[in-house]
Amino acid sequence: MRTVLRHPCLYLWFALAWPVSAMAEQASIIVQSTTSTANSGLYDHLLPRFEADSGVRVNVVAVGTGQAIRNAVNGDADVLLVHAKSAEEKFVTDGYGVERFDLMYNDFVFVGPPTDPAGLSGASSATDALARIASSEALFASRGDDSGTHKKELSLWRLASIEPFAASGTWYRETGSGMGATLNVAVGMDAYSITDRATWLSFANKHEFQILFEGDPLLLNQYGIILVNPLKHPHVKAKTGQVFVDWMIGGQGQQAIAAYRRDGKQLFFPNAR
Amino acid sequence: MQEIYSSLQLAFVMIGSFDPDLVEIVMLSLAVSLTAVVISLVLGLPLGAAIAMSHFRGRGGLIVFSNALMGLPPVVVGLLVYLALSRSGPLGVFNLLYTPWAMIIAQAVLVTPLVTALTREIIEQLDSEYAEYLSSLAISAPGRLRTLLWDGRFNLATVSLAGFGRAIAEVGAVMVVGGNIDHLTRVMTTAIALETSKGNLELALALGVVLMLLALGVNLVIALVRPVDAAKQRRPVFR
Repeated sequence: MRTVLRHPCLYLWFALAWPVSAMAEQASIIVQSTTSTANSGLYDHLLPRFEADSGVRVNVVAVGTGQAIRNAVNGDADVLLVHAKSAEEKFVTDGYGVERFDLMYNDFVFVGPPTDPAGLSGASSATDALARIASSEALFASRGDDSGTHKKELSLWRLASIEPFAASGTWYRETGSGMGATLNVAVGMDAYSITDRATWLSFANKHEFQILFEGDPLLLNQYGIILVNPLKHPHVKAKTGQVFVDWMIGGQGQQAIAAYRRDGKQLFFPNAR
Repeated sequence: MQEIYSSLQLAFVMIGSFDPDLVEIVMLSLAVSLTAVVISLVLGLPLGAAIAMSHFRGRGGLIVFSNALMGLPPVVVGLLVYLALSRSGPLGVFNLLYTPWAMIIAQAVLVTPLVTALTREIIEQLDSEYAEYLSSLAISAPGRLRTLLWDGRFNLATVSLAGFGRAIAEVGAVMVVGGNIDHLTRVMTTAIALETSKGNLELALALGVVLMLLALGVNLVIALVRPVDAAKQRRPVFR
């Protein structure tokens, strides 16, 4: 045993374990968030400003909207920031959220290979774009993961009166993973896909892929922010969480969102009332 | 091919420049995985040795079971640990979810069956080699256990390396229970997954190279600590 105690590895281990024990005692909240706001670098732009104003550290867990809501229902969040309005409203009416606020928006776009085999660039609407994909049986990569983007895609198929699931595994391919992973898959097999513009603009593995259809009002992508209800989960840091929500929907947060640019392009448009 | 080459280049640039974010991620990865392995050794070594030296009904079944647990998918472990540590779960009051401790727990759950199963294998073999010798000296069971563990120490060091390899390389469990929070629970593998999802494939691969170098470094340290003729020392030492 004494040889073990004298072993250099032991001390190395203590030195390494230090960062674990020295976890910050600073006030902090957990935000369950959709991935697009994290992957696009928006938080890297916003959070240092918020932290400087408030002294509060924001720990962001970036997962799909479906998983984020589920985690918040379990009480594993103080604030929820996602983009699936009806699911968010259900979250509030079920008592898990205090109140939902519109935060900002951008839009969804159809991306695909430059050869554009289904002729999306000539589509008249988002539903027409889907109809063209379905009738030409061109490859389409779907999130398939109950995320906000997936919910939007499914609502568009319904509006187009097309039932793509029969073709699942043939031209309709559900990746069951995040936006970036799905784009990697789409690029890898020359498939069309639907993505939020922020993720697309900041995605680095585009190869030849382009935006082939955009601009339909149906493609609006609205983000909402909700404080998790302390009546449901008493441990929720309601006061600190409220400070964050107020900052985001207030003047400073909204201006900071509008000021965020990537390659000179604005990614998110603030619209809190 | 071009990408692999530029990734290698990027990896060495990052290491050479001591990128502070990278250093933080590397240190956290090491701290989490080494702590998890130490916990697994504390649990798994005595457990494995006890199974090796005992005889009871259902022992065969237990061995098959513990061997099967070596194949536990990390993401399943992550999910189980999440459900346990979640605020709605039985251990929610400890507020461990989305902290490095949650990641340590998940990795310890992953590695302990591996350590247990391999230890049992090693100790069982040694036990049968030493059986006559030890019983002729009428050594007590705890003394016998100590002797076997001590004499198997170099093989057991390899076991701990295997455990470390499983811990440092997994992404499924730490992603779910750690949340990949920047500057708090971001480790090498979750950083690699994140950069892949951003389409930064070269940066992701460069981080992978750093991770491999890290594993190489840990193995090297163990190899240096271990005497060269270790494998040849195979005689019982009583202390």
